Amino acid sequence: MTHMSTQLSTPVSRQTVESLSQNKQEPAWLTELRAEAADQSETLEWPKPEKVRIDRWNLGALGVYKAQKQASLAELPEEVQAIVPEDASGNLLVQRNSGAVYRQLSDELTAKGVIFTDLETAARDHADLVQQYLFTAIPKDEDKLTATHAALWNGGVFIYVPKNIEVEIPLQAILFQDDAEASFAPHILLVADQFSKVTYVDYVVSGAEGKSAPAVHHSAAEVIVKAGAKVTFATVHHLADNVIDLSLRRAVVDNDASIEWIIGDLHDGNLLSDTKSVLNGNGSTSDAKVISIGTHSQNMSITTQAVHWGRSSDSQMVTRAVMRDQASAIINGITKIEKGATKANGEQTERVLMLSPKARGDANPILLIDEDDVTAGHAASVGQVNAEQIYYLMSRGISRAEAERLIIYGFLAPVVSDIPLEAVRNQLNRLIEGKLGS
Amino acid sequence: MSTHFKIEGLKAAIEGKEILKGINIEIKGGEIHAIMGPNGTGKSTLASAIMGHPKYEVTSGTALLNGEDVLEMEVDERARAGMFLAMQYPSEIAGVTNSDFLRSAINARREEGSEISLIKFIRQMEGKMKELEMNPEFAHRYLNEGFSGGEKKRNEILQMMMLDPKIVILDEIDSGLDIDALRIVADGVNSMRSEDRGFLIITHYQRLLNYITPDYVHVMMQGRIVKSGGPELAQRLEAEGYDWVKEELGIVDETVGQA
Ligand SMILES: Nc1ncnc2c1ncn2[C@@H]1O[C@H](COP(=O)(O)OP(=O)(O)OP(=O)(O)O)[C@@H](O)[C@H]1O
Ligand SMILES: [Mg+2]
Repeated sequence: MTHMSTQLSTPVSRQTVESLSQNKQEPAWLTELRAEAADQSETLEWPKPEKVRIDRWNLGALGVYKAQKQASLAELPEEVQAIVPEDASGNLLVQRNSGAVYRQLSDELTAKGVIFTDLETAARDHADLVQQYLFTAIPKDEDKLTATHAALWNGGVFIYVPKNIEVEIPLQAILFQDDAEASFAPHILLVADQFSKVTYVDYVVSGAEGKSAPAVHHSAAEVIVKAGAKVTFATVHHLADNVIDLSLRRAVVDNDASIEWIIGDLHDGNLLSDTKSVLNGNGSTSDAKVISIGTHSQNMSITTQAVHWGRSSDSQMVTRAVMRDQASAIINGITKIEKGATKANGEQTERVLMLSPKARGDANPILLIDEDDVTAGHAASVGQVNAEQIYYLMSRGISRAEAERLIIYGFLAPVVSDIPLEAVRNQLNRLIEGKLGS
Repeated sequence: MSTHFKIEGLKAAIEGKEILKGINIEIKGGEIHAIMGPNGTGKSTLASAIMGHPKYEVTSGTALLNGEDVLEMEVDERARAGMFLAMQYPSEIAGVTNSDFLRSAINARREEGSEISLIKFIRQMEGKMKELEMNPEFAHRYLNEGFSGGEKKRNEILQMMMLDPKIVILDEIDSGLDIDALRIVADGVNSMRSEDRGFLIITHYQRLLNYITPDYVHVMMQGRIVKSGGPELAQRLEAEGYDWVKEELGIVDETVGQA
């Protein structure tokens, strides 16, 4: 029995990840990477996000790797089919629990040299590329979380867009969990080569069958944006309340390149969401839009970050969260401007709308500036629904419930309506409706 | 049935301070009543108490609209019963477009399943906006957000025209309006005059009443209506101010609720 408790405190070990990797016939370099990460995870500490003790969460509920059978779209569960985007035009990947079950890329994009497949496959078929970039944006030894993830990730997504290629249609993925005992740890690696352009959209969702036991969605995304390239990364999370959603995202942005993040944290359970752009390049830009709704007793830590190294780099971050019931969210915005990043500009806004006296919302804007010749700004607010506004709407005959609904949607609308992808906007609106209506 | 609105013995307090000390007014369909009075005498309080602003506590009195006491109703019920207040300081609501808001307000008056069609709504709204010489883009702007003072007032009149109320209270609809806008807003009000509709117009200036001729003019001081008359009363106030009224009635401080 002592054996079991060690397993819980150290959910991954060199032996288990090595043998799993070998069973899956992964290349030796990857087996070694995982084994090393497993060692590191034993000694490293959990990250310490502001005012949220994630070390008290049940982070040991990692599940076990379960091989997945390939499937046609028609064979996938209804919940997946319901969100299969109409406009996917043959560019779609589906991961179910521990592995990819469906992948499709149009002939046209294949012919142009675009790669869009699961990361496990890519590690075998495109080893040079994957090895070159994997865990470069997120070092695996950063903390216990990244090391654990590096040791156990499965399925995942790999996207490579060659130089000068512009992919007009979004590449989309559905990351689906319907087995609480199975490990669910996708790693996303997106490399946009010089002057390329791509939009990636994923939906991270649970099925009805996935709610039987505590589970963890253990995910990380690395985005490499080479000089002059432009990446839009949209992600919508709506997992069940038994699932802890751990989602790290990191972009490394080169000269005159840009990253746009669109993040819908509409998850029902505890959440650690950390999205960071490292603006290495001169003239590089980052734009992050995050919306979230907290319900019941969920605990959320939502962080957006921009680190400016490049001259004339620009970052914009907007987060809006609505908190109901006893939900609690700590929302951090961190703009860091390093010495030498002259003419950099960083703007951030975090706003929280509280719908219940028992809900908690903290907005922490942080500016860390080591260079004089820059501009930066922040705005943060936490407030209740304004009684004067409710009165105004009701004085026109609108019921109290409808007035509140209008104000809440109105609070999120400026972010949602700015999202350039209609399908994502519609999914977000559908989920917002669901979370506010329950 | 033609409209009949009767306020009797209305007293109201804010934060425990009594502001309205017994107001009586009777408005019949087709009539226009003007309320004038110096600053801080309770005019907006009267409007807010009738509409049901949550900060104002009605301590006694009734306000019967065709026999039903609106003071017993929720704010939204008052509106659906036919009350409309164009506010002195309309709220700004970010993220809610003017047209979404107005459509919700219209549909709130209709049965579920018989909502106004989008086409019909847009046609109506565009028509009224044209009458008020509003730029069509205001339909898609967020409700009152960043509107100038005059634009907000015009938007209040737009709502009045779209919602077709029975009793219209206009609280300083003329403040902040330029000369042209004053005429446009007054035309809008005049176009709404009908036997089924009564108006209560709060104003400081005769210039509005030059366009909208009232049937009755009431002067408010100390939370009461202290004098009533016809249109000539407003003209005299414009010319001479309030001192003669105060003298006549022996009032030294006309305000109410000041410590
Ligand atoms: N929300 C409030 N809190 C405290 N006092 C208030 C509030 N609203 C009104 N009062 C007080 O009630 C009194 C009457 O105010 P009211 O707004 O009704 O005056 P008014 O006649 O409309 O004045 P004006 O011509 O300046 O618009 C004033 O002394 C005012 O300060
Ligand atoms: Mg007033």
